[in-house]
Amino acid sequence: MTTQEQHDPVGWEYSPAPEQIKVHIEPKNKLFINGAFVSPKSRSWFSTINPSNEQKLADIACAGKADVNNAVLAAKKALPKWSKMCGSVRAKYLYRIARRIQERARELAILETMDGGKPIKESRDVDIPLAAQHFFYYAGWADKLEYAFPGRSISPVGVCAQIIPWNFPLLMAAWKLAPALACGNTCILKPAETTSLTALRLAEIIQEVGLPEGVVNIVTGAGDTGKILAEHKTVNKVAFTGSTEVGKLLMRSTAGSGKKLTLELGGKSANIIFADAAIDQAVEGIISGIYFNQGHVCCAGSRLFVEESIVSEVIQKLKHRLQSLRVGDPLDKNTDLGAINSKAQLKTVQQYIRTGVDEGAEFHEVHQDRLPSKGYWCNPCFFTEVQPSHTIAREEIFGPVLSVMTFRTPQEALTRANNSPYGLAAGIWTDKGSKIFEMAKQIDAGVVWCNTYNKFDAASPFGGFKESGFGREGGMQGLRPYIRLQNTSGRMK
Amino acid sequence: MSRLTVPKTYKLYIGGKFPRTESGRSLAIENQKGETVAHICHGSRKDFREAVESANKAFGAWSGVTGYLRGQIMYRMAEMLEGRREEFVAAIMVTSNVTVSAARKEVDASVDRLVRFAGWTDKHQQIIGCANAVAGDYYNFTVPQPQGVVVALSPKTPPLLGLVTCIAAPLCSGNTVVAIGSDSHPIPTAILGEVCQTSDVPAGVINILTGYQKDIIEHVATHRQVAAVYASDLSKKDRVILEEGGSESMKRLHFVSVDEETWYDNSAMASPWEVEPFVEHKTIWHPSAC
Repeated sequence: MTTQEQHDPVGWEYSPAPEQIKVHIEPKNKLFINGAFVSPKSRSWFSTINPSNEQKLADIACAGKADVNNAVLAAKKALPKWSKMCGSVRAKYLYRIARRIQERARELAILETMDGGKPIKESRDVDIPLAAQHFFYYAGWADKLEYAFPGRSISPVGVCAQIIPWNFPLLMAAWKLAPALACGNTCILKPAETTSLTALRLAEIIQEVGLPEGVVNIVTGAGDTGKILAEHKTVNKVAFTGSTEVGKLLMRSTAGSGKKLTLELGGKSANIIFADAAIDQAVEGIISGIYFNQGHVCCAGSRLFVEESIVSEVIQKLKHRLQSLRVGDPLDKNTDLGAINSKAQLKTVQQYIRTGVDEGAEFHEVHQDRLPSKGYWCNPCFFTEVQPSHTIAREEIFGPVLSVMTFRTPQEALTRANNSPYGLAAGIWTDKGSKIFEMAKQIDAGVVWCNTYNKFDAASPFGGFKESGFGREGGMQGLRPYIRLQNTSGRMK
Repeated sequence: MSRLTVPKTYKLYIGGKFPRTESGRSLAIENQKGETVAHICHGSRKDFREAVESANKAFGAWSGVTGYLRGQIMYRMAEMLEGRREEFVAAIMVTSNVTVSAARKEVDASVDRLVRFAGWTDKHQQIIGCANAVAGDYYNFTVPQPQGVVVALSPKTPPLLGLVTCIAAPLCSGNTVVAIGSDSHPIPTAILGEVCQTSDVPAGVINILTGYQKDIIEHVATHRQVAAVYASDLSKKDRVILEEGGSESMKRLHFVSVDEETWYDNSAMASPWEVEPFVEHKTIWHPSAC
């Protein structure tokens, strides 16, 4: 069943406010190996497009086996010197990277938005500042690692293969590279194929700051490139952010190799609103929970649980708030939701919406008529009358689609929230302190946002329980995946 | 004529009870001279599943009690083990070619190991958890929480100290444990359940099976209620079984391979870094300004 919401004119018309700066993009973007940009030995290239207008932005090198091998060997060669370098010197390189990201923030934000489709206000205010903060934060750890692991001596893991997704391209690069480098590892980063441009701009920054050759290598390409990289014999560690499906494949393909593994995978996070919550704030939390970055967020609050007594009020406010969300040109500073990252992802999201309707949930969306004709677009929307068995209540959609469900008691909310193979994040909204901590304690999630949602910080560990993966990124715990601990007699563990 | 002895068949320890294996299988235990002195249960896949079921049921309550209480119960285990010191010395010596003083050293170290971990129950949080200074008006802290059911595959030697360590490390943060002891020296494993049972350890919190680890390992790998594995001395083949099978439910796998002397080293085997593989770090945000 589908209901078309009446377009209630909220009366907020804005003039276009597009970002005016033009960012230069090289027509052909090469691989970054051993400190230099090199053409791919595979002689293979693919194009990257702007998902908001489907126009080609540039060609990107597709790294093949020989290219990946060169990158891994460069990292291996750079390892002895980098890992033995005084921590305070490593720190200074990372501080320099942080500074250059800050100084080139506008350029990076525009590029991120053009290549990935996310609204400029998010890349400008969230992605790029957090990426800089990550380097700044972990720079400070590089000469203090012994304080993070009392009673143990430490050594780096070695050559790290790092494979990142398309939803926060530069930020994920920072999440991976900053702690690895601080701990004295060398890296090969593989960005997602739809969003390589900012990672390659980061390679430029790495050249600018004079990071020793081979310490960071960036190989672009699709899943095949990632697979070659993860399975390379010389790699000591694989860090992956992406789907649970690929995470499980990686765990299988690295079995018996002795490679260390960290996985940041999918989620179906519960956002729980109690009747005693500050409702208006909670509604804002629902909005930022599911519509932030078009819902392309692994910790998106995609399952909303509302206490039964306030469900009609919450839904009414949600509908009202949805009307003032602006979908459109990602480069416009007033845009709230940009383009879906790719045609493939748009199809996936649309399929889930159809499945939701087919399985009997009630679909709600507003302003269908406003979407641009070119590009990949999906209106922010939600479902009511959702049953726990519905596909849209169980599977990660990775789009601006919310499933609304209800509960009567805190115990029921907990049981239903925990009834998922995932365990990445959760939101809890109530004004009652003891209830919030009881819920926070009992919920199976690596990140619990109480009376807030989708907050991120370099000092705050992020990562999941259960099938949302293992290992943490951010904070002191984010160092652990990149360190080998030895006891006082020097035995490796 | 010498007295006719009363040899017993050692039983399993599952859900606070001592059942015989459902399979009806047993294994003969021979002493150093090759004489059969006892039988142990040859645990089966079904015994393992029952043990996981019990451990899973016990997890909610055990993970919910205070660290102080967990510490007292684990300390009680140490007291009970100390009281049965000579019995365990004899149990080790049935199958191990070790001197009395070496066996005593192992039992003493096992008692001390329990005391050591009893002390970590309410302290590891302060070492491996922390408050995080985020750039905004939020309280943000990271607290370790237990993962669930942990399977302990303890080393061949030292049979008692290895087993006690592999149980105590996950236990102290609130996990429940299914332990499968040393294949070659099973008697200490078979009687440790009696220590648990008399130490106020709630039923199902510790479950102990005897038999062959290799019989069970594929089921350990694929059982969805098993959250984590603490395994020692595994062959590469067994590691692959656990990693491949464990990928489906994303098991946390902690493999150690250390020499016998290292098992005696508290700083190597009983530090917060042995507790940490069996916790999930949970990070909690709350606004600090209104």
